[in-house]
Amino acid sequence: MTMTNPGGSSFARPRASEGGGRALSRRHDRSAVMFLMPFGLLFTTMMLLPMGYALYQSFFKVQRSGLGLQPAAKVFAGLGNYVTAVRDSAFMSSLLRVFMLGVVQVPVMLGLALALALLLDSRSAAFKRTFRLTYFMPYALPGVIAAIMWSFLYEPSVSPFTAGLRHLGLNVNFLSGNLVLGSIGNMITWGWTGFNMLIIYSALQAIPGELTEAAVMDGCGAWRVAWHMKIPAVRPALILTTVFSIIGTAQLFNEPQVLQQVAPTISPSYTPIMAAQQAADINDYNYAATESVILALLTFVLSFGFLKFAQRKGDSE
Amino acid sequence: MSSVTSSAPNESRSAGAARSPLRAPLVSRTGVFVVMALFAIYTLVPVWWLLVSATKSEGNLFTTSSLWFSHVDVWANIREVFNEQNGIFAHWIVNSVIYSAVGAALSTVLSAMAGYALAKYSFRGRDLAFNIILGAVLIPATMYALPLYLLFSEVHLVNTYWSVLLPSVVSPFGVYLSRIYAAASIPGDVIQAGRVDGASEARIFWRIAVPIMSPALVTVFLFQFVTIWNNYLLPLLMLNNDKLQPVTVGLASWREEFNQGIPYNLTITGAFLSVVPLIIAFLVLQRFWRAGLAAGSVK
Repeated sequence: MTMTNPGGSSFARPRASEGGGRALSRRHDRSAVMFLMPFGLLFTTMMLLPMGYALYQSFFKVQRSGLGLQPAAKVFAGLGNYVTAVRDSAFMSSLLRVFMLGVVQVPVMLGLALALALLLDSRSAAFKRTFRLTYFMPYALPGVIAAIMWSFLYEPSVSPFTAGLRHLGLNVNFLSGNLVLGSIGNMITWGWTGFNMLIIYSALQAIPGELTEAAVMDGCGAWRVAWHMKIPAVRPALILTTVFSIIGTAQLFNEPQVLQQVAPTISPSYTPIMAAQQAADINDYNYAATESVILALLTFVLSFGFLKFAQRKGDSE
Repeated sequence: MSSVTSSAPNESRSAGAARSPLRAPLVSRTGVFVVMALFAIYTLVPVWWLLVSATKSEGNLFTTSSLWFSHVDVWANIREVFNEQNGIFAHWIVNSVIYSAVGAALSTVLSAMAGYALAKYSFRGRDLAFNIILGAVLIPATMYALPLYLLFSEVHLVNTYWSVLLPSVVSPFGVYLSRIYAAASIPGDVIQAGRVDGASEARIFWRIAVPIMSPALVTVFLFQFVTIWNNYLLPLLMLNNDKLQPVTVGLASWREEFNQGIPYNLTITGAFLSVVPLIIAFLVLQRFWRAGLAAGSVK
């Protein structure tokens, strides 16, 4: 956003007296619009319009007459749908569930990603390329395919983990009511740690080598170099990965949707998006729209709020 | 696992401070290797299981040791996957390729044009436009899926290729990446020189800007290709007709239809087959991913 525009100076707006320059500038304005138009049109219709449409729908509801003889009518509901949503304990617990999952899973995953990136960047690491590629590999698996794979890996009848633990005398069902949320967290950690690791690692690689070498020469141990130099230097990458993770957790859908087949404790409204889809399935479009709006707003507030908070804190230091 | 991770830097501290700083001592090298290997095993075991299981017949899935090969029935499995429901699996793969390739190609062109305009022209509202696009990066595509479905049902666009293709073309992240790259790499003088020579703005874009931007555009294409290939919720909502569905939706429906007679080995082999090309493509093209991720993280 703060990026300077190298080419900008040549297009500085000409003074009014320079007729030719003004025409040129207008020509440039027109070309800029032509270049922006195709994306802008689709962006508006595929992103802004649906958001506006959902917002609009969330203020209406379908009213059916008592006897069902008259056709259903759409009436203005004000904030009625929102009041319903706040009182809807299933929807509220889906929000809380995803929030709790994020509070635990995101720090674990990013902590692992940071630790692995630091190890990979340290002088003690061997086979760097192989490890880096290995860690990144789960990102190549589509989320839902990975979820299908894990659904088998958790299912007691075929799971190698359940079988292994049974040999140790432990009876663990990864799909039972109190474990299933952790199992979902593990699926996300498995799928995304490497992706986040690579972002942090790329930032680590950008630190000038002389800087850390000088510190080592001065007798700083690897641990102190990591803590006092490397981690502060990759702060922007950590902020970026946190924001990505908040957004990713908020839209949790694939994993519980697939696990639902084998884990009866996962209700149809297990996550906010599943709840909204459930409402759409029974043709309650207005309520589905309301739930979508609430989720989008909360996500935006959380991710944007975190971004601002982190940036302000960074400025004051 | 976390306890193991935290012990390694301690080791490297105590050992590293005492010895010569140029070469890490054996203790810390071993410690670091062990931790990294443990996480590599955690990463690889599920995929290894998928590979092994794709070679097993249905009966052997339940009865043989799940992390090692028994009787290898992989060809029989593959044949079954492609024969099931009159070859629907091939349909799904082709659909995935169409959605991903066409969507990503269009998306890359649109992102390049928009990013170029935002970087190289100054016009009123430019910063506002860019900030709106940047804000959209913070709201994930999944959140638009349901409102889009409601909207598309009104205009009877659901159950068509368009219903998945059109939303897939929009990539705010692609515009963001293109803009950063264009601003940093296309000299204003070159554009100016093109104008002096009488080239049209469009010609300058295609002949000068696009070749310079091509490394970033490859990254944009790859990101969008994978994003579309991985998409699940949008096609799930939009497409009832299984002939139009991509492989993600198709396989998930097989997983659900176990009770209607789709055996486990079909779903597992299908999942394996759909993943192999992606893993190969990743390993081959991985430097482009790093380039893109690096650009995103230095912001």
